[in-house]
Amino acid sequence: MRVPAAFEYERAESVPHALALLARHGSEARVVAGGHSLLPMMKLRLAQPACLIDINGLTGLSYIREEAGQLRLGAMTRHAELLASALAARHFPLLGDAERVIADPIVRNRGTIGGSLCQADPAEDLSAAFAAAKALAVIEGGGGIRTVPIAEFHRGPYETAVAPDELLTEVRLPIRPGAGSAYEKVERRVGDWAIAAVGAVVWLEGDVVQDVGIGLAAVGAPHFHAAEAEAALRGRAPDAAAIAAAAALAAEHARPTADQRGPVDYKRHLVGELTGRALRRAVARARGREG
Amino acid sequence: MPHPLTLTVNGTGREDAVEPRLLLVHYLREVCGLTGTHVGCDTSQCGACTVLVDGAPVKSCTMFALQAEGCRITTVEGLAPAGGGLHPLQTAFWEQHGLQCGFCTPGFLMAATALLAENPDPTDEEIGRGLEGNLCRCTGYVNIRRAVRAAAAAMRAGAEPAATAVVGG
Amino acid sequence: MAVSQMIGARIQRREDPRLITGHGRFIEDRTLPGMVHLAVVRSPHPHARIVSIDTAAAGAAPGVLAVLTAKEFHTVLSGTMPVAPAFAPDKKYVPPRFPIAEQEVCFQGEPVAVVVASERALAADAVDLVHVEYEPLPAIVDPEAAMHPGSVKAHTDGPDNIGWDTTFAGGDIEAAFAKAEVRVKERILQQRLAPTSMETRGVLAQYSPFDERLTIWLGSQNPHFIRFFVSMSMGMPESAVRVVAEDVGGGFGGKISPYPEDYLVPAAAKLLGRPVRWIETRTESIQTTTHGRGQVFEAEVAARRDGTLLGLRLTQVLDLGAYHGTFGAFQACAGLMAGGVYRWEAVEARSVGVLTNKVPTDPYRGAGRPEATHVCERMVDRLAQELGMDPAELRRRNFAREFPFTNNFGLVYDSGNYDGTLDRALELADYPALRERQAEARRAGRLVGIGISTWVEICGFGPAAPTAGATGGIALVESAQVRVLPTGSASVFVGTQAQGQGHDTTFAQIVADTLGMPLETIELRHGDTAEGTGFGCGTYGSRSLSVGGMAVQQAAVKVREKARQLAAHLLEADPDDLVFEQGRFAVQGSPATGKSIQEVALAAYGGSLPSGMEHGLEAVSYFDPSNWVWPFGAHVCLVEVDPETGAVRIEQYVGVDDCGTVINPMIVEGQVQGGVAQAIAQALYEEVVYDGESGQLLTGTLLDYLVPTMNEIPDMTLDRTVTPSPVNPLGVKGIGEAGTIAATPAVINAVCDALSPLGIHHVDMPASPDRLWRLMQEARP
Repeated sequence: MRVPAAFEYERAESVPHALALLARHGSEARVVAGGHSLLPMMKLRLAQPACLIDINGLTGLSYIREEAGQLRLGAMTRHAELLASALAARHFPLLGDAERVIADPIVRNRGTIGGSLCQADPAEDLSAAFAAAKALAVIEGGGGIRTVPIAEFHRGPYETAVAPDELLTEVRLPIRPGAGSAYEKVERRVGDWAIAAVGAVVWLEGDVVQDVGIGLAAVGAPHFHAAEAEAALRGRAPDAAAIAAAAALAAEHARPTADQRGPVDYKRHLVGELTGRALRRAVARARGREG
Repeated sequence: MPHPLTLTVNGTGREDAVEPRLLLVHYLREVCGLTGTHVGCDTSQCGACTVLVDGAPVKSCTMFALQAEGCRITTVEGLAPAGGGLHPLQTAFWEQHGLQCGFCTPGFLMAATALLAENPDPTDEEIGRGLEGNLCRCTGYVNIRRAVRAAAAAMRAGAEPAATAVVGG
Repeated sequence: MAVSQMIGARIQRREDPRLITGHGRFIEDRTLPGMVHLAVVRSPHPHARIVSIDTAAAGAAPGVLAVLTAKEFHTVLSGTMPVAPAFAPDKKYVPPRFPIAEQEVCFQGEPVAVVVASERALAADAVDLVHVEYEPLPAIVDPEAAMHPGSVKAHTDGPDNIGWDTTFAGGDIEAAFAKAEVRVKERILQQRLAPTSMETRGVLAQYSPFDERLTIWLGSQNPHFIRFFVSMSMGMPESAVRVVAEDVGGGFGGKISPYPEDYLVPAAAKLLGRPVRWIETRTESIQTTTHGRGQVFEAEVAARRDGTLLGLRLTQVLDLGAYHGTFGAFQACAGLMAGGVYRWEAVEARSVGVLTNKVPTDPYRGAGRPEATHVCERMVDRLAQELGMDPAELRRRNFAREFPFTNNFGLVYDSGNYDGTLDRALELADYPALRERQAEARRAGRLVGIGISTWVEICGFGPAAPTAGATGGIALVESAQVRVLPTGSASVFVGTQAQGQGHDTTFAQIVADTLGMPLETIELRHGDTAEGTGFGCGTYGSRSLSVGGMAVQQAAVKVREKARQLAAHLLEADPDDLVFEQGRFAVQGSPATGKSIQEVALAAYGGSLPSGMEHGLEAVSYFDPSNWVWPFGAHVCLVEVDPETGAVRIEQYVGVDDCGTVINPMIVEGQVQGGVAQAIAQALYEEVVYDGESGQLLTGTLLDYLVPTMNEIPDMTLDRTVTPSPVNPLGVKGIGEAGTIAATPAVINAVCDALSPLGIHHVDMPASPDRLWRLMQEARP
């Protein structure tokens, strides 16, 4: 097996300690949480940090709780914990849908939601799910705590709003009435990254879509987000025609690139197909009927 | 520079000093001499290196040894009961011909141990989902599925780890 | 004769206790005192001239003992890597290959230097410090483009890219086509595959300068061949080199041929005077371990309207990669086997081996026979579709039925019952009900398809005469030594080398029956050239049982017959009056008077032998089969295709195979399951992809190269018929490659059947979601 280049190792004992270590080591340092994105990159020597700051000891960042009308997820929450959470499933079933198809159960035992978000891989599923849920990212740094809408968190592929001396500590999902959500993914085989994936959250008021969030993974959507499709559906009844129109817009505005997982037109087609499927299931769930 | 490391491997406490870049799998194989945990890829796909860290399955190629500070590690060598005999999963893999070359087998055994701890009566689909992080190239998985089912049944029936099984049985 | 009780019994494997408890001994598990670590500096370019190599920085790095390049290796290695004649003896161009590049690199991953360091991590660090200046050259990636005169050349010094161009003529093809009432034509791709044994390759070597001996441990399918080739290259007596393969974590063809590292590691051990080990990373494995398949077929069938097959004409363009694989030309046998299980008036097959700037291709599980079966079974299905005939019916109409059956190229199929396996497979699948289910699904607009594959395989290589020519001198016979010790247990040494096939169990079953000895008293040893017979040819090509197992049986028979002579002497009886049952010689008619094999064994080392008899109770046998063996079968697959995503789901899989006499049904079933899984992998998931322009490998990790998980492989309904082979006394045939040969056409025929309502006639592999979606898009109005 390939082995990483040498590095210094620091074990953070607390968030302030982690921030102090980040400040001390500067941009040569990388934070390691679950490590399932970083370690393979280090083994392939695509990443060669001079220092690793291990935040696995920050167990205080591992929680899933409802607070102030939000579902709050600590950044060190493991994927497996999110998948197993009844609280998360009750408010946002799309999180369970997504978690079930992220990597494999062994990786999910170790991988963290904060790590996934900060890796900002364009095919990362939770990023799309959080985009659909209109989540907020809580970032701590020497200057204090700031909250960033998820749409501003991702700056581009592998780039986030977290500065080198900051730490993502929490993700907040606003809980609103009338919600239903679902996540749909097509993969070449079980456990693979998405060819295309779509997360949808609808908030219904009576028969009308009061608000909607649509997140796209692996198809080049800016900030994992299908803004045009959301705008088209907002304020309308979620009937077949409206959903089809939204799906078509999502497909039209996606910017997939061709790779081993498929050509552009196929991925674009999947965006439309999966947006429709996700919206239909989200609506059914909002109405209390599992879709 | 080596850092101190204190942990428990298969029930035995250890204190070592290791380089930060030493991966847990290499620590187990080369420092502890436990070569049953195998390396099959560079990128956390194959699962041959799966061990239990505080009871949960982890790909030991994707964790630095230092990250296991204070943890209880169980490898395939520690799966069978201390008094001898085999774990019901080992027995089932043997009886159901759940291995051919045997290289992936330790990883499957450890992942299946965790699966059955969480779900004592998994369906075939649950077995597939539970073991999706482990690759086997020889068996076509058919007999691995059978072995996990058989072990689950045996463990539900209260099978203590069997006495030494008989060759040619 | 002993009452047969072991042969045919479902015996749990004797290999397993160490493997399930973590006590197997794979190559990376072996270390030696003073061992150092070798890492390889590889070309990042598919084609380039080496301008210079600067090793100074790497040589000065911590822990580094040496940085070695071709210049140093020339002092201990000579000659070029071997290329067997195989099925294309008349090669047009064989680029010479030294284990390490000197002036020109011709594929990405080709070694240009090695670093030896005290620790693995330090060796890896120093690799990055070796500065190689390259002058990139144009690369040729597509084998068909490479055939054109004027194409970019894979080797700048080569005349062109044509490795061979051979035509096998089996009958009057023009006459057969002249009678055609219907013709179908298709272009069929066989994508490149990476064998991907879960254990990668690895080599550990120790050279003793005092007695000038070399020991090599490695993961190999044939240690004797490695000793043969490496001893010659190092200028050492074959007897001074010992090659050992212990537990081998899968091979599938990827551990047959000698590799550059098999030479470089021992050479480095000699140069440095230290034990040296190299363990291949997965990334290196996908980049440098030989690939399989990589072929394009143009095929045309001529037939009568009633479904009678007349002629099959095909061209195989085989992507050799940058060098000929040692046994790469074996894959040209696809043409000789393309007629499959059918009677044809004529078959003509042209095979063109073409050099490209990619890793060489070589046998991968089935090697040539999956390609033959795929092309044949696809074409038969295409014809059935063209004629509107049921594909099962078309097959039955053309089956070979009289055995031995001589095919168009003079190959003699030993025994068969193709109706038997097809009937049983259709019965198990409930074929009429499947067709009903399909019709109903189609009415609902769903894409459901049924695929059939009826297959036959040439395997069991030997026989001596043709195979000695094919390897370039060494006949693919097989050897065994059976040695009964004074207290009545036995050591059995074989020249085959298992990588999961369970020989420790099956071969012991054969000995147990032949000598009437308890299984646990029989020790089977393989993989060490310092033990047993003079030469063994290894395990591949489904040959181990039908050639190696027969050598075991014959050696055991020799031992038994010597024991009979001795028992007769001890019992003062005529040898012909003795019956041998349950491990005991008894005088016919007086069963109380007898000697057990154990008693005879002790006597064989004692003081009262008959005059003229030598001491000891052991025998060596080399088995040379009179013919190949020809397993066969029928597989049926049911799939559904998602019209929106293009995803394929296998709903049902049935396989009925016939490998003659079965020694251990559990192991036979396991071999079929694993083979079918690898075929499903080819049909739906796996493909080695190089960028067509740059020649860069795009599927270099298991993240990109899609080995299926448990979720992609369905449960299988398997059964068998038993038609013994007349070629060997036990009636056995091979089964290791059967599933891989049988299943790709079953799956792809099912996918094509599913898509046929859209007017789609053919689908190439892997039938990935995007590929199927594209076809459906193009087919939809």
